[in-house]
Amino acid sequence: MSVYNPLVTNEPPLVQPKKPSGVLRNALTLGRTRVGVALLILIAGIAVLGPLFAPHGPQEYLGLLPNKGPAPGALFGTDHIGQDVWSRFLDGGREILLLAAAATVLGLAIGIAIGLFAAYTKGAVDDVLMRGMDVILAFPAIMLALVAIATLGPSFWMVILAVGLTNVPRVARVTRAAAQPIVERDFVGAAEAIGVPRYKILFGEILPNVLSPLMVEGSLRLTYSIGLIAGLAFLGFTPNPNGADWGVMIQENYIALSVQPWGVVLPVLAIALLTMATGMIGDGIARAAAGIDRLRSAE
Amino acid sequence: MTTPSVVVDKLQISMSGGARTVIVDDVSFEVAPGEVLGLVGESGSGKTTVGLALLAHCRRGVEITGGSVRIGTTEVLKMSEAELARLRGGLVSYVPQDPAAALNPALTIGTQLREVLEAHNFGASADERTARVAEMMREVALPDQPAYLKRYPHELSGGQQQRVGLAIAFACRPRVIVLDEPTTGLDVTTQAHVLSTVRDLAEAHGVAALYVSHDLAVVGTLANRVAVMYAGRIVELGPVLDLFQNAAHPYTQRLIFAIPHLTGSRELVGIPGRAPAPARRPQGCTFAPRCSYVQDRCKLSLPELRPIAVGHEVRCVRAEEVRGQMQRHGVEAAREETASQASVLTLKNVNAGYRRATVVHDINFELARQECLALVGESGSGKTTLARSVAGLNATWSGDIKLNGAPLANAARNRPREQRRIIQYVFQNPYGSLNPRRTIGHIIGQPLELFGTHGEAAEKKVAEMLDRVSLAASYAYRYPDQLSGGERQRVAIARALVCDPQVLICDEVTSALDVSVQAAIVELLGTLQRDLGLAMLFVTHNLPLVRSIAQRVAVMSHGSIIELAPVEKVLSTPEDEYTKRLLSDTPSLEVALETAESV
Amino acid sequence: MSAPAVSPIWGFIARRVLLGFVVLFLVSIVVFLATQGMGDPARAILGRTATPESLAALRQQLHLNQPLIVQYITWAGGLLHGDAGMSLAAQEPVSTLIKDKVVNSAFLVLIAGGISIPLSIAIGSYAALRRDKPFDVAMSLITLVFAALPEFVVGVLLVVLFATTVLHVLPAVTIIPPGAGPWDDPAGLVLPTLTLVLAVTPYVARIMRASMIEVLESDYVEMARLKGLPERVVITRHALPNALGPTFQVIALNLAYLAGGIIVVEYVFNYGGIGSALRDAVYNHDIPVIQALAMLIAGLYVALNLLADVATILVTPKLRTRL
Repeated sequence: MSVYNPLVTNEPPLVQPKKPSGVLRNALTLGRTRVGVALLILIAGIAVLGPLFAPHGPQEYLGLLPNKGPAPGALFGTDHIGQDVWSRFLDGGREILLLAAAATVLGLAIGIAIGLFAAYTKGAVDDVLMRGMDVILAFPAIMLALVAIATLGPSFWMVILAVGLTNVPRVARVTRAAAQPIVERDFVGAAEAIGVPRYKILFGEILPNVLSPLMVEGSLRLTYSIGLIAGLAFLGFTPNPNGADWGVMIQENYIALSVQPWGVVLPVLAIALLTMATGMIGDGIARAAAGIDRLRSAE
Repeated sequence: MTTPSVVVDKLQISMSGGARTVIVDDVSFEVAPGEVLGLVGESGSGKTTVGLALLAHCRRGVEITGGSVRIGTTEVLKMSEAELARLRGGLVSYVPQDPAAALNPALTIGTQLREVLEAHNFGASADERTARVAEMMREVALPDQPAYLKRYPHELSGGQQQRVGLAIAFACRPRVIVLDEPTTGLDVTTQAHVLSTVRDLAEAHGVAALYVSHDLAVVGTLANRVAVMYAGRIVELGPVLDLFQNAAHPYTQRLIFAIPHLTGSRELVGIPGRAPAPARRPQGCTFAPRCSYVQDRCKLSLPELRPIAVGHEVRCVRAEEVRGQMQRHGVEAAREETASQASVLTLKNVNAGYRRATVVHDINFELARQECLALVGESGSGKTTLARSVAGLNATWSGDIKLNGAPLANAARNRPREQRRIIQYVFQNPYGSLNPRRTIGHIIGQPLELFGTHGEAAEKKVAEMLDRVSLAASYAYRYPDQLSGGERQRVAIARALVCDPQVLICDEVTSALDVSVQAAIVELLGTLQRDLGLAMLFVTHNLPLVRSIAQRVAVMSHGSIIELAPVEKVLSTPEDEYTKRLLSDTPSLEVALETAESV
Repeated sequence: MSAPAVSPIWGFIARRVLLGFVVLFLVSIVVFLATQGMGDPARAILGRTATPESLAALRQQLHLNQPLIVQYITWAGGLLHGDAGMSLAAQEPVSTLIKDKVVNSAFLVLIAGGISIPLSIAIGSYAALRRDKPFDVAMSLITLVFAALPEFVVGVLLVVLFATTVLHVLPAVTIIPPGAGPWDDPAGLVLPTLTLVLAVTPYVARIMRASMIEVLESDYVEMARLKGLPERVVITRHALPNALGPTFQVIALNLAYLAGGIIVVEYVFNYGGIGSALRDAVYNHDIPVIQALAMLIAGLYVALNLLADVATILVTPKLRTRL
């Protein structure tokens, strides 16, 4: 193994970590990121602000027949027990968004810590941690969530915990993969040589250099968390079965689909657009982070 | 006059898309059959790009935008894809810099040798091709048995891989070969073998060779003529002897002065500043900002390439004056033996290695205060492992290392603060040793923070260090990716010295830098060592460099010190066989020129 | 030359298989603890209105009063003998209950896999070969959009589109009468298969593209071109062998995602497979069924990953000779 090699070291490394703010700014110049952001603002706006504009309460009894099409007082008709579809729709996004955001944050926090620690410590500790991650990854995400809530029930915190748990190993793997080359870099060695404490090296030296791939992974996790939580609600597992929730709406109005489509179409389109939005944003960030350095420098 | 095998005329290469920044401009040269033309330049000069252009190939994001390349009578740049496929490997071959990357890890070397013959319909039958493959292997001094051919690239050493690369290139008896720094990464002895193989093959088959390199000493040994490139243009072109003895371009001259010399000492001088990036090349002569001969007219218009002697062209308006100035730099004062001082570092029976193996055996030496000891060896000699063990970066060592009489713990983390402060380390790779996410000021200040200096006192110290390493104070607010390799290495040095250490360990700190920058860094280190009274452990593979900085040198091989003596003694009258061989295998410009002269 | 190289490979395979078993063992502990080891399973099954007597009776029936270790050993031992206990909801052995469903699900996965695997490999490779050209750009956007959509959203949208609202050409549910197989109702298979294919292919195609690009941009592929080899040879002899390893990973990934996707997709279409069975079991707190199905699917995952790893090693000479 050669000690010196001008090919490798005379030029700046091919993948330089770019400043996070720079990456985000570059990402926003891409068409798809902009579309994603616009859609996100739209759907998230509906989810968060919707309840303020709903003409009726989510469980309000309107005195209209169930599963009927648009009528005065019910813009998109009534649902399976006669509630206003439009009002329930406006109400139905908040919980999903909140749960998904919390599960993403939880997954990121634990996953990043594990990934950094495994990459830095190497050896037996790394092996054990990664085997642990493998065990969690041996379940399809939705199955893990189902098994987790099987006995304890889909309470608010259980859902966050279960979905967060599915995020942890994926985040840990990405963090570890991104951190490993950084750990080998001499500036980490330089910090060790003068005796910088371990935690400072992990979070002060290494973490700032893996932010780009983590941003991408974060948006990916958000996308999947939204899908998973809505999916769980669709399957019938939600903290608040009577409240308005897009996933629940799809399920309860599914039977009447041929007669009254709006009870299903509105929430399903909302979920679709929301996940597309977060997906596009994530892809935009990924391109911005990687694309600039793809050219080899001219020599 | 023999017709040249390849004629390049006014070649221009630019970046594709967007601004179309010109990378290479107005490059013209010829190479005759059997002749080796050395194309010399530092990083960013565009030399590799020119080399690839001879095969009408460009890397992603780059395209040829002007000029012509003629092999024999065929205009290469106008060929179709099919014609180019016949050209490449058949008429013109390429030997890449990194053989490991260029050999397909999934195919045996036999397959990779054969396929170039098959692709160019070499030989009338399969048997003929098999015979040719065996012949090729013999030509590059590799075993020709079928069993060897069944090996995969990763089962070969670097030197062997490179020879396979040579075999592939010479297989179809091409007329032209482009060699792209093929000996980079090889140890000196293997390098010597590869170079002589190239020379022999080129002569024997009448091949015209373009040898692209940053290493002037190697080029001096191998080439008949040399072209020097700077910032995308050829600035000087001429016969090797005349060019090196009577360089007519200021850049060439400074480049030669920057090469450490093995015999007879010349002062090592670097070139201030750095080469401009393609998009930022100045009007007029591109070298003007760094040139000591600069005049106002140089900045106004770009000089043309004009003849200055037989077969010798140069791109400078003051070439005649420059030519006469080669003797200007004087002999360097030998580094004085410092009056014997107390030892600051003592090593006894030190063994070091990794979890699986011991690579350093039974090391014993002492380092006196204010002394610079060079640790010289090839890759695998264990010098870096030893240096890292002393610094505590490698904890797997046994034996006795004492700092000012007190024993050192194995890992830096377990050493008391004072000891960590006294020993400091500068890494080889300037692109990896600085945290890209921190400002320069922050980086230099980090040790201060750790060792107890804060606030204003710290800021002052940082500013003082920047000044000592000749960087402007404003650099404190910049980020590493805005600095060149040489500038980053200065920052690394500043960081190491900011807490007033007594021992500085420099691990191959110049190996990743261009020749001209190397010299500047060595200059800097020499000055700092004298001014600050540092003891220094200078690790390098570059034997000639040692003279400019060290008083004593320890030559290492296979993990042991085989010779330890004052620099002059080791370089002029070495005792050990290994040292002698190392010295004779190291390409040296003076030796090459003497040999050329006597021919 | 071959003799020494073969035995190390078997050793390696044996080690990986052992590792797989270890993971399965740990998985079984997780499944067990999650279902039987936490909270109060008896109360979860009978609901909040259960009387103390019925709770006690159920606990007795399910051996819940015994120490956890004993419960685990009873359960795991049973599994290894093919006895997965009794379904609480259906009052029949779990194995008879899920036998047909396993076949149904396997059929669906195989059909969907048979389409999505070659499709994702083809799309990914072609996009990489024609990089930045119209096909690649279009595919990049399409795969992005579909990869982000949750599977049930895809399913429901397809139902809206083809079965109930826009068009009425395909059935919204797949009815498989007992004794019959899913192959008896091809029309009913179309939408579930299409949903699975659309849910899985885009993501895997993107990964295939990335792997192919890495190979195509490698130094040795560039060198092959510089040797004057015809493009066809460059792709087939130089690029493809190095893309095989990643391809196997991609195939395994594909099948694994399908195995996870059926859980939701079967519910959308009321398809009688283990996916909807799992959902129903969770809904009914039918713990033995949950445990059995979870182990089944996890076992499948582990086996697929193992196969992919071994296949990758076998096609990568560098790794092969290092053993």
